[in-house]
Amino acid sequence: MTYVIALACVDVKDKTCVEECPVDCIYEGERMLYIQPDECVDCGACEPVCPVEAIAYEDDLSEEHKPFAQAALALFAEVGSPGGAARAGLVPDPLYVQALPYQGA
Amino acid sequence: MSRRPIRIAVVGSGPAGVYAAAALTDRDEVCVDVIDRLPTPFGLVRYGVAPDHEKMKSVAVALRRVLEHDRVRFLGNVELGRDVSVEDLHRYYHAVVVANGAAVDRRLGIPGEDLPGSFSATEFVAWYSGHPDSALDQFTLTAETVIVVGVGNVAIDVARVLCKTADELRPTDIPDHVLAVLSHSRVREVSIIGRRGPVQAKFTTKELRELGELANADVIVRPDDLQLDEASEEAVKNDAVVRRNLDVLRGWSERTPEGRSRRLHIRFLLRPVGIIGQGAVTGMDLARGHLDGHGRANDTGKSMTLPAQMVLRSVGYRGIPMPGLPFDEEKGIIPNLSGRILRDGAPAPGEYVAGWIKRGPSGIIGTNKHDANETVRCLFEDIARLPSPEAREPDGVIDLLRQRRVRVVPWEGWEAIEALEIASGRARGARQVKLAERELLLAAALSREIAT
Repeated sequence: MTYVIALACVDVKDKTCVEECPVDCIYEGERMLYIQPDECVDCGACEPVCPVEAIAYEDDLSEEHKPFAQAALALFAEVGSPGGAARAGLVPDPLYVQALPYQGA
Repeated sequence: MSRRPIRIAVVGSGPAGVYAAAALTDRDEVCVDVIDRLPTPFGLVRYGVAPDHEKMKSVAVALRRVLEHDRVRFLGNVELGRDVSVEDLHRYYHAVVVANGAAVDRRLGIPGEDLPGSFSATEFVAWYSGHPDSALDQFTLTAETVIVVGVGNVAIDVARVLCKTADELRPTDIPDHVLAVLSHSRVREVSIIGRRGPVQAKFTTKELRELGELANADVIVRPDDLQLDEASEEAVKNDAVVRRNLDVLRGWSERTPEGRSRRLHIRFLLRPVGIIGQGAVTGMDLARGHLDGHGRANDTGKSMTLPAQMVLRSVGYRGIPMPGLPFDEEKGIIPNLSGRILRDGAPAPGEYVAGWIKRGPSGIIGTNKHDANETVRCLFEDIARLPSPEAREPDGVIDLLRQRRVRVVPWEGWEAIEALEIASGRARGARQVKLAERELLLAAALSREIAT
């Protein structure tokens, strides 16, 4: 199981979650951040600190946000398990995210 | 400004201490020694997270990277007070960060609390985690009915472990002697009881849901217990965790049990009044409560007695006073402001605190990262004014410990323990099986000398 970052993060990328993550499993893409599902230890530190409430536990994702779980899986199927976001570069946004209309304020 | 080398001692190698060490090494001139009274690192990640929560335990992978850093040194089996004093530490380090957590339990304060058969969840968790301070035979699980008092994640952990079979736990790191006791367990009924309503309970949804997945236990919730007052209705609207918890509990209250070998009851609005028994626990007197509109429980005047042969109180951990350090008896923490230790209300130079002993025993593993970062920010603000240690040699403290015949366990010693535990695991189909006996741990660890 894992946590998933969904729509509210797109074109916002606050990144407070990255500082909180004790295992550094939150990777930065062009338009949003992604949690590596295998590296995530389910500690829950990220969820409450997101200022736009973009993060949910996988089981609690609403229907409309489930594609974000799939998108993260697709992304990390490509990218693998880099073992720490601090030393990884930007990750490529998966197609689902690339296709989203602009969400910024 | 020239940057002199700064040496910091961190007391405690659990998440708080390790996250503090991580933040400290952000500055190139800082070196950190992390001491722990146990021969093994990781604190409650090793001795608190339940054996079947392997994913949670893998946070240790991130923690170990910190302890393996060039400028961080792990010194195990070194106890503040017994082996080295706060004064000693000031002699060798510019600052001390105390992160030794909360070692004991909060008591219920009711008659019969000390009867044989009445324990704290803390003790049970330490036992099934193989803590070296636990007696191997402290728990025998001859009780048929167990009452767990408290509705937080620790209560859920202990109830879940009580409801699992030895077969289910065999592939985890649970120590061999615990597995043996579990395979003879007579436990059939476990009741988790909370004083207030379901909305006031502190457990989180993921942990709660897991109970529904127990292969060998039916979870039973009484619809009457799921009462909500106005304050609870408000909380349900505003708090997603509370809302989800209630959904899970409601679901269980509408299910018929499937006749599994064990039954796990989750009950609310029951306040423990006394533990009864002659020479050993035979039950618990409870007062039935009802919510007052503000989320508080008042007695209804009705009471009941539940039979039980074991009671586990799970109403929180508590810090203990450390020699040479101030202590707030009421809160069970070291008095501090944002992590700067306060003596008589004023910040003490070179003294800091992080984790549970700073803020109280709350939050989850990850909460300590934020907490430790705050403390280290304060330390860095103070860095130019930290008192210089008298002793100049970086390994003066090792010499001192040697003179005192302290058997210091270096990082390589922990690696030796780990190798032995992995080898033990092979015999059982587990990745690693914890060794519980202190002398075995030390013997394995001390085959390596400290590299200086």
